[in-house]
Amino acid sequence: MKPFGYLPHTETERKEMLAFLGLQQTEELFDQIPAEIRLKEPIQIPQAWSELELTRQFGRMAARNKNTEEYVSFLGAGAYEHAIPAVVEAIVGRSEFYTAYTPYQPEISQGILQAIFEYQTMICELTGMEVSNASLYDGPTAMAEAGMMACAATKRTKLLVSRAVHPEYREVLKTYAYGQRLEIVEIGMGDGLTDLDELGDRMGDDIAGCIVQYPNFFGCVEPLEELAALTRHCGALFIAVVNPIAMGILEPPGSFGADIVVAEGQPLGNSLSFGGPYLGILATTRALVRRMPGRIIGQTTDLDGRRAFVLTLQAREQHIRREKATSNVCSNQALNALAATVYLSYMGKQGLCEVARQCMLKTQYAIERLTSIKGVERLFSTAVFHECAFKLPASPAAVNKKLLEHGIIGGYELAKDYPRYENSVLLAFTEARTKEEIDTLAERLEAVL
Amino acid sequence: MRQEKDQPLIFEWSRPGRSAYSLPKLDVPELSVEDILPLPYIRAKRAELPEVSELDVVRHYTALSRRNHGVDNGFIPLGSCTMKYNPKRNEKVSKLSGFASIHPYQPEETVQGALELMYHLQKELEAITGMDQVSLQPASGAQGEWAGLLMIRAYHESRGEKRTKVLIPDVSHGTNPASAAVAGFESVTIASNEYGEVDLESLRQAVGPDTAALMLTNPSTLGLFDRNILEIARIVHEAGGLLYYDGANSNAILGYARPGDMGFDVVHLNLHKTFTTPHGGGGPGAGPVGVKKELIPFLPVPIVERDQDRYRLNADKPQSIGKVKGFYGNFGILVRAYAYMRTMGPDGLKLVTEDAVLNANYMMRKLQPHIELPYDRTCMHEFVLSARQLRKKGVRTLDIAKRLLDFGYHPPTIYFPLNIEEAMMIEPTETESKETLDQFIQTLIRICEEIESSPETVQEAPHTTVVNRLDEAKAARNPILRYRREEENGREGSVLR
Repeated sequence: MKPFGYLPHTETERKEMLAFLGLQQTEELFDQIPAEIRLKEPIQIPQAWSELELTRQFGRMAARNKNTEEYVSFLGAGAYEHAIPAVVEAIVGRSEFYTAYTPYQPEISQGILQAIFEYQTMICELTGMEVSNASLYDGPTAMAEAGMMACAATKRTKLLVSRAVHPEYREVLKTYAYGQRLEIVEIGMGDGLTDLDELGDRMGDDIAGCIVQYPNFFGCVEPLEELAALTRHCGALFIAVVNPIAMGILEPPGSFGADIVVAEGQPLGNSLSFGGPYLGILATTRALVRRMPGRIIGQTTDLDGRRAFVLTLQAREQHIRREKATSNVCSNQALNALAATVYLSYMGKQGLCEVARQCMLKTQYAIERLTSIKGVERLFSTAVFHECAFKLPASPAAVNKKLLEHGIIGGYELAKDYPRYENSVLLAFTEARTKEEIDTLAERLEAVL
Repeated sequence: MRQEKDQPLIFEWSRPGRSAYSLPKLDVPELSVEDILPLPYIRAKRAELPEVSELDVVRHYTALSRRNHGVDNGFIPLGSCTMKYNPKRNEKVSKLSGFASIHPYQPEETVQGALELMYHLQKELEAITGMDQVSLQPASGAQGEWAGLLMIRAYHESRGEKRTKVLIPDVSHGTNPASAAVAGFESVTIASNEYGEVDLESLRQAVGPDTAALMLTNPSTLGLFDRNILEIARIVHEAGGLLYYDGANSNAILGYARPGDMGFDVVHLNLHKTFTTPHGGGGPGAGPVGVKKELIPFLPVPIVERDQDRYRLNADKPQSIGKVKGFYGNFGILVRAYAYMRTMGPDGLKLVTEDAVLNANYMMRKLQPHIELPYDRTCMHEFVLSARQLRKKGVRTLDIAKRLLDFGYHPPTIYFPLNIEEAMMIEPTETESKETLDQFIQTLIRICEEIESSPETVQEAPHTTVVNRLDEAKAARNPILRYRREEENGREGSVLR
């Protein structure tokens, strides 16, 4: 058998160790597995590859994908291409971080504990909330956890969710609701915004919480003030799903009395990576801190009085509370949260605002440029952040196919989730898109329409 | 020796006006934000993010990394966590632009390589577990458990049966009962027998028409293979229930046994344990789920399917429990796990298990004369010791764990499983050399001697880490969960700062 470099034992050592155990054969260690279920044949998978073969084969598979470094992408819809500073990769690539276990031994884990404490502080600052956890799986699962939190806090079982919330987020919420036997009621929309009248009609003292997105799936800026007032009036919790980059320019939900703010943290220094791993942001008020799911880092002192950091309020969690835990979540996305922390440190107070401003201004330019094409118009007239829905005079699938031939990855086809918005696409414009690229998109669109 | 200076927070390096970021000059017309957004929604006060230079950022987080301990720094014999080496080549291939820089909503024809990889990963996991179909969606082991239980609920409901209880052995991981609760089940604890196996009598008494499933880890968290597994499966199946396999301990059985052959109907695997993806200081992981034929319709979507030479994501499964997370699972983790499987192949994976089990038994027998071994039988990939005898000397398992830190080791899992007093659960994994095992064994023996000669050395440990033991009670009693600048602190007297 050829040697496997991850396995250090020599044959002599294996024999020595077996001899110490009083055994002749390795197989004897497995005598406890009943003969009826002992595998008689090797696992039916292909033979091993050397490092060189692995690199070539993976290189071949990777090359079959058109990537955003070679193509100009206008896709957003929940995952965004932003410039990722080299600093982020350099820090996240330090193996003291990425090969570490969960920081249950704080004396040798102060590095990640402190970094996540800093993360929690930055998330509070971004969202305008009082406390943040150490992160969850991603935006959609964070939203579902927020919904369950609202139900537990209000002892009610019905949640309202705007149809202007990302379709996948609502799907994930439904899956969690099935588990918890919660009722989900969707609220319709008009001109790209949650229908306030319908929300008012549906709201009542049986509602645990109301979930809206800000900016919403269509990029539109929801009137949080009115939405929050309607919700809180009935004792329901107000839950806002945000884009963390938008918090550089938009007034945070905390200012409008949000009870829980969740977000997809990917735009903060995490690569697109075909949808994961990302990180779920969840922040809330002091009143709800003991209902928060997931890990939380707190500041304390060691026995000599030095400042130090530790996992805290663990009485909420599954490893202590088992079936009575606030959630079954065990891991956080520590490494992705670390990337977000380094990103936010690097961008800083000024840089985040500048990124947000550039995103918004590029979107304004794109709107101007694209709507000057005959037949192209905005689907909604509401103010947007860095995404905008457009109606085209042709099928988006056919248009996108043509764009692809010119090295452009087109927008998200809205009819997939909203049949009534046929021939419509959602296009995103981040700071990573240049004026020239937007102009090229417009020219190509003009040519194919 | 302890470093005397603590590491300031990044906010404490902050100086007004300093910055690190680099952005291109704006190349589109400047507009006033007030002309775009309605006034109440324009941010009035900037978020208080740090104002630091690039070198500040790099020095700060490099300093923090030095206050952390990973597998690359030293041995982490954490039971049930499988802290094995995280191969560098896996990291390298996961960062290829064709994997790291693809958007989840790109047209299918532009991501054929990613789908090809996912498809083959599904197939190989099916072969390894003996299940009929795998979904790569769940983001973690706990999410895999929950998704698996939802499938079980949907399966029973599709047959018009209302089964409300999930049976869980007392030695199980805490996520098992928590996942059962989130999936809408009531959990019932099943006792273990004197051999650390499921007590068949308790099981027989517990099963009934309300039994939805039994959740089992085999080998259990005691590191012991349940030899009655076929009888257990028979009892649960005859009562109309299903068997759920928690794959946390899969490192013990690769190439030797498959949950599918043991009678399990649903399985999840922790790719961050058995399949070497890094733990990342607490995540991200990945927890694919696999099922037997009858449960295929309920798998979380999408599933990657192959149609001749073309791969596609199929989300059109009317009986599916639906989506459990955004997009398609933790793809970057899946790439690493598949790279590992391709590096090892069938022979390598079998050898992994052989060495993992050999290492555990070797350590167990070397340590047995010094620390009590509650279950004296051949173990699988891990074993549990009990330090309760040492309590007479005033030393607890926690103290031993802290003393190990002084020797550069991450301690074993402690106080788990819950049925063993002063438990210490050791899982060496296959990637550690005999020298490492011997050195660790010698260190534990030395600590046992210290307990005799100078127990305070152990009780007061650690002595060399950057901080001493922490006041955890204070952290929970008076939670400080974020940083505030001094001037802000003055104004706020609240407990939750």
